[in-house]
Amino acid sequence: MGFWAWNFRAQIKTGEDTRNMSNSKSTECELVVIGRGMAGMASALFAVNRGLSTVQVGVTGEIIFASGLLDLMGVHPIQEKKSWRDPWAGIDALMRDVPNHPYARLKREEIQAALEEALSFLQEAGLPYCRRRKRNSEMITPLGTIKRTYCVPQTMWGGVRALEERHPCLLVDFRGLNDFSVRQIAATLQEKWPGLRATRIPFPDPNHASELFMGGIMAQTMELSKNRERLAQAVRPQVEEAQAVGMPAILGMCRTQEIVAELEERIGVPVFEIPTLPVSVPGLRLNDAFRRQLSVKGVQHFLQNRVLEVRRRRGGEFVLLIGNETTEHRIRAKGVILASGRFWGGGLYADRKRIRETIFDLPVHQPRDRRGWHRTDFLDSGGHPANRAGLEIDELFRPLDSSGGPAFETLFAAGSILAHQDWMRMKCGSGLAIATAYAAVNAFVKLNG
Amino acid sequence: METQVLIIGGGATGTGIARDLALRGVHCILAEKGDINDGASGANHGLLHSGARYVSTDPTVTKECREEGEILKRLAPHCIENTGGLFVAVEGDEERYVADFPHLCSRCGIPVRTLDVKEARELEPALSEKSIAAYAVEDATIDPFKLSLENVSQAQQLGTTVLRHTKVAGFRKSGSRIQAVRLLNVQTGEETIVEVEQVVNAAGAWSGEVAALAGVSIDVVYSKGSLLVTDNRLANRVVNRLRRPADGDILVPGGTVSILGTTSVRIGSLDDIRPTIEEVDLIVDEGAAMLPVLETTRYIRAYAGVRPLMNAQSEKDDRSVGREFALLDHVRDGLENFATIAEGKLTTYRFMAEKTADLVCQRLGITSPCLTRTQPLPSTDAGKWTEPGLGPRLWLKQNNPEDPLLCECEMLPKSVIDSVMGSIREQNGTPSLEAIRLRSRIGKGPCQGTFCGQRVTAYMYERGALYSDQGLTNLREFLRGRWMGERPILWDGQLIQAELKEALYCGLLGLEL
Repeated sequence: MGFWAWNFRAQIKTGEDTRNMSNSKSTECELVVIGRGMAGMASALFAVNRGLSTVQVGVTGEIIFASGLLDLMGVHPIQEKKSWRDPWAGIDALMRDVPNHPYARLKREEIQAALEEALSFLQEAGLPYCRRRKRNSEMITPLGTIKRTYCVPQTMWGGVRALEERHPCLLVDFRGLNDFSVRQIAATLQEKWPGLRATRIPFPDPNHASELFMGGIMAQTMELSKNRERLAQAVRPQVEEAQAVGMPAILGMCRTQEIVAELEERIGVPVFEIPTLPVSVPGLRLNDAFRRQLSVKGVQHFLQNRVLEVRRRRGGEFVLLIGNETTEHRIRAKGVILASGRFWGGGLYADRKRIRETIFDLPVHQPRDRRGWHRTDFLDSGGHPANRAGLEIDELFRPLDSSGGPAFETLFAAGSILAHQDWMRMKCGSGLAIATAYAAVNAFVKLNG
Repeated sequence: METQVLIIGGGATGTGIARDLALRGVHCILAEKGDINDGASGANHGLLHSGARYVSTDPTVTKECREEGEILKRLAPHCIENTGGLFVAVEGDEERYVADFPHLCSRCGIPVRTLDVKEARELEPALSEKSIAAYAVEDATIDPFKLSLENVSQAQQLGTTVLRHTKVAGFRKSGSRIQAVRLLNVQTGEETIVEVEQVVNAAGAWSGEVAALAGVSIDVVYSKGSLLVTDNRLANRVVNRLRRPADGDILVPGGTVSILGTTSVRIGSLDDIRPTIEEVDLIVDEGAAMLPVLETTRYIRAYAGVRPLMNAQSEKDDRSVGREFALLDHVRDGLENFATIAEGKLTTYRFMAEKTADLVCQRLGITSPCLTRTQPLPSTDAGKWTEPGLGPRLWLKQNNPEDPLLCECEMLPKSVIDSVMGSIREQNGTPSLEAIRLRSRIGKGPCQGTFCGQRVTAYMYERGALYSDQGLTNLREFLRGRWMGERPILWDGQLIQAELKEALYCGLLGLEL
């Protein structure tokens, strides 16, 4: 019952640390990344790619809730619900209108380069993405809404094309799925996409009939050839006039491209995955791909560990004490990238009076009191001011202290913890995470000589 | 259409009158502008008063509460949890009031037992170390949703017609009589004319507006009360602060949760009945003096209801006026077949219904006696799923893999949603997400609809209960309703929950666009 109640409330004070570091559990590195969401993963990636010895700390959290779609820039101004077909034009407009938005601290070329680097990494890690360089693509959601996004997993790309062409299309789901109904999608879209047809079939592996609500288990099941064969057999006779077949994004955990290609061959038309609600298989795939491939590249992970305390040594180095209840490791680092996310990620915490940053107790830009945090209508088109609260930074992505200067010479921040953005309403979450991670790492490199 | 009695308002009083009249063989139509218990009947503590709270202010109400409490415990036990209650004073509370309390109870015939503070804290470990006095009384809790749904259900079985989402648009009068009432279905825009012999106005806070349509002026002021729901049940008994009724002084068990209230705030209009951040902070601060855990516990939502107060003097505290009910026969207003029943308490709803039905029957020349004083309230499927804890119990017992959970917070499987949709259809209604929520625990757990919202919507499509893009309309309405209660308590864990909800419904699904 209390599953959503886990408490990230941190604890931390900074102070001088002059003790020697002969402890056997201590690690030295150039850069520590705090956070395991998209911004943390991207920061670790950019750091190792620049030859930095890198440690990543944090508890698995937000990324397994990702849909797999990577937004760059969708809506601005949110009050007007103005949706951008060209995300770059949207970013230009945003930079003009909201000069303190984190994107406004970057050049367009930097955002592009950051995306290129992240996408080529994901390709190597076995998660290729598709996009149109100069425009957003559209994808159907489990609610039957149409989502504008920038990068789409290759296994979902067929859905983008089918929607563009309004091809006759068969959507298939499985008995026992709880929060996903192709009947709902087709009914909701019937005016916009009359060629959609929905069918529900038994899941091909009868052994797992009772565990269907676990997307991860369905995905594992699809790794077995005989299950794919059964699935194709069940779908093929229903294809009829359809020119593509869409299914919930559970088509395998690791080898999704191969599985989709095999199903296409057996069924005879393009097959695509549809995003699902969290915890989603594409989120798990992203988490796995980053973890695996970042390790290969040399990032040292301290999984399921949290930062318990931060100390500073003379000369400006940080010492992080990490663990769960008690300190398990000490990490000495020249610089820190704070990518600890917002409330759900644990980077911010609110009591009745105030929003705090949980690790360094940095000043948080925020409305004066709780009355200003949220609007009275959940769907208010202006968005909720609490979602634009966060850390203010200098041009080197260093969080500011109360005097307006950088809080620490080599502390940087990236991702959703930054102030003056509303990634949920602007549809810019992944782009923001990746681009600000890129900027933060580059700023560290620049300062570190 | 025609009927002997048109009842306006589907709260505890209106549904109670419908059942009472139906048992006397009177044909009724009940018109409710929203859904059952949408007003104050669905936005109170769910407290079945022993009467002890009113011993110092109102002996009549005290006596009515005591008598009605005993009747309901006997005749509607499935709606009641006989928790018992405590009255507790803490350091700084008025000692004179504390000392007088047992005498005042005895004088009104309210059973009371003096506890020593240590004993009280053993019974309820959450009580403050600073408690200075404690008394045990016979308070209990009552599920107001189950109560009204069961009343409606029996009335319908006896021939009453229930029209939900139907409001009064006008009256046709001839001389001193209302001949017909024009009803408007707010969902379809369809109008119906009902020829009537008698009209009962049981519209709660809206009774002044209804009376005005009949050309009758009632002086009503509105007193809003806000309450908080905690994540867990913090006390087994009803815990009252032993002082004159004030803000944040009662903690009432509500099955698996506790309900903390309340405030009393004058409001000028009924357009915006929602709990505010200021009220929430006041309730938490006051409640924490008696039960310190209330400062740190997780709250999952707040809600507000409006008490209508007739002829209140504007200077007085709204708590001290008019808990006794008002039955207005409107004879002096020149109408002989119109009556308004208002104020009162959930505890005395049956008695209010009886008195109203007596008046109506006398006017109709019907002599059948009231049966609700002696006949048990039947337990039906209509009210079955409002009970917290029933879902988990049955689901675990059933252990049916073909019947997976749609709501994990409250453990409600598909079969429950089928049962609730069935009961809505039996009430001549169309299932909607909001109607299902009202009749079950959907959307009421810690996630406040984040996951069950879409799951139930998807399931409704699978069952053919939703068409076209109705799911989007249903979800928007549902999420907006939940948000009203979430907004003032968004800090700590519930703020994390709200962020996840918005990431999902706005970030991914674009429901705000």
